[in-house]
Amino acid sequence: MEKFDVHTGRAVPLRSSNVDTDQIIPAVYLKRVARTGFEDGLFAEWRKSDPDFVLNRPEYEGASVLVAGPDFGTGSSREHAVWALQDYGFKTVLSSRFADIFRGNSLKGGLLTVLLPQEVIERIWKAVEADPATEVTVDLVEREVRSPGAGVQEPFELDDYTRWRLMEGLDDIALTLRHTDEVGAFEATRKPWLPVTL
Amino acid sequence: MARTMAEKVWEEHVVRRADGEPDLLYIDLHLVHEVTSPQAFEGLRLAGRKVRRPDLTIATEDHNVPTQDLLAPIADPVSRKQVETLRKNCSDFGVRLHPMGDIEQGVVHVVGPQLGLTQPGMTIVCGDSHTSTHGAFGALAFGIGTSQVEHVLATQTLPMAPFRTMAVTVDGTLRPGVSAKDIILAVIAKIGTGGGQGYVIEYRGEAIEALSMEARMTVCNMSIEAGARAGMIAPDQTTFDYIEGRAHAPRGEDFEAAVEHWKSLRTDEGAVFDAEVVLDADELSPFVTWGTNPGQGVPLHAEVPDPASYEDPSARAAAEKALAYMDLAPGTPMREVRVDTVFLGSCTNGRIEDLRTAAEIIRGRRVAEGVRMLVVPGSMRVKEQANAEGLGEVFEAAGAEWREAGCSMCLGMNPDQLKPGERSASTSNRNFEGRQGRGGRTHLVSPQVAAATAVRGTLSSPADLAAL
Repeated sequence: MEKFDVHTGRAVPLRSSNVDTDQIIPAVYLKRVARTGFEDGLFAEWRKSDPDFVLNRPEYEGASVLVAGPDFGTGSSREHAVWALQDYGFKTVLSSRFADIFRGNSLKGGLLTVLLPQEVIERIWKAVEADPATEVTVDLVEREVRSPGAGVQEPFELDDYTRWRLMEGLDDIALTLRHTDEVGAFEATRKPWLPVTL
Repeated sequence: MARTMAEKVWEEHVVRRADGEPDLLYIDLHLVHEVTSPQAFEGLRLAGRKVRRPDLTIATEDHNVPTQDLLAPIADPVSRKQVETLRKNCSDFGVRLHPMGDIEQGVVHVVGPQLGLTQPGMTIVCGDSHTSTHGAFGALAFGIGTSQVEHVLATQTLPMAPFRTMAVTVDGTLRPGVSAKDIILAVIAKIGTGGGQGYVIEYRGEAIEALSMEARMTVCNMSIEAGARAGMIAPDQTTFDYIEGRAHAPRGEDFEAAVEHWKSLRTDEGAVFDAEVVLDADELSPFVTWGTNPGQGVPLHAEVPDPASYEDPSARAAAEKALAYMDLAPGTPMREVRVDTVFLGSCTNGRIEDLRTAAEIIRGRRVAEGVRMLVVPGSMRVKEQANAEGLGEVFEAAGAEWREAGCSMCLGMNPDQLKPGERSASTSNRNFEGRQGRGGRTHLVSPQVAAATAVRGTLSSPADLAAL
């Protein structure tokens, strides 16, 4: 996993609430067995059917910060939603509320999802719409979002453990495997009647 | 200290607790399907890792599978490759698989309970958000992403962030024709698609206790549609009776010991929930959605709402966008909305009781001219049981298509899809844009409403049908 400390980039304003993961990547793109190359599926329906959709506008090309409406990532648990955003070039997503599973997936995979008050999101939207060259900095070290162009300097919360893991680019499995003895000890205490599949 | 059921189950599964780290939880059962697992198995291969506990893992094919002509190869080469990849992965890593054509094949959340693998007090995960279904047994069950699937395969554990608890109490008694689906659609409409965010919901109260296991699964299934991590219902005699005798249920003295333990899981008297919501079952009526998220629902007797009536600008914009997509005008009575397709099935409403309920309404009637009704059992075992009870004949005699098991039109990963502009009444769980097929429009309904709608061609309840 790529390490994340400070990222600065241009932003895309996505003024919709309740963007579910079926919209982020429709099910037809989930049939693949590879882990990369999902950028074509990102918001595929909206990109196809709406010429004015933000990702179809040339002024937002190359942006790496997605500024989304509330309740982003609801619905299906598909981690392909995170992969599609990353494969397309997004490093971070800002919203006033994320769905739980999507948030978990994003932080596992190194896509930094940042919770900000809706009022701050609105300010960034307005600044970016007025000037698409407006840059947004997401600073994980200081846990702060800055955008002088939008008049924003706003702290955000993220627990120490997740922050450390993202900054080190560490994979959870390797961390857990350090505790294999504890897992084994726990297994010896499990109730004898619990079902087995084999 | 008095504790909630969710807290008890959590505590029983903590493998490791350290300051500044998430709790490491042990996972008792891992359900696997073809869509969210290939990259996880590939990750194991690349790292040279094994599946730690294949004996706590089970796989089936459900999302991609066709629901007719099972003997022919899967026509879509991409779907076929995904299913073949699952078969190879299960074979390479020693995981039990119920493939197409197997009597235990079906939607993963129907398969676990019917095998008796889903039991109270367990932690259950699957790379599928509707894993919350298993909470109906008093299990702590949640959907996970593919990175977590790989984590569980490799370690049989998951580091989990703490949760909050919410009690949703449903008092009173459901009126005839009103079902578990109407309860959960009403809950979601009340608290919103983000209302349960960060919470494990415990459904309780007289109306919940009166529900069968199938109906409880319908309620817990859609917890995720309220944004919740999981939904749970305290195990009771209904739960024990459902489990007893199933293939993987404990037997004899083990069963008695298990029941003793299961009884201890109930939320303690005086335990405090972080949030509480109360509904009165007597006031509920058949519920339908009009929009493009499951929180956009109204009683069937109501009209399509006017976006102008919303004070919150974000909700107003969402309603306007939804109505444009759904091609509905504010003020239209829901009962006048005409559908092209009725879909009866899914992990929400594809169990035997759902099929019985719908068949009872359809029996002796015909699916309306111009309407296609698809009946897709949740598993091949459900299909076998339905056929033994003569339900398949009832559906076919009415002009419905009686298919094989799978997720089918719930998400249209197989050929069962709506065409652009087509409208469905669907017993599934999501009315998102394009969910059932590109440009398709979905109204979420109960099996009762699905059956009555198939007969009349417009959104209807059984009470709207002419007597036979």
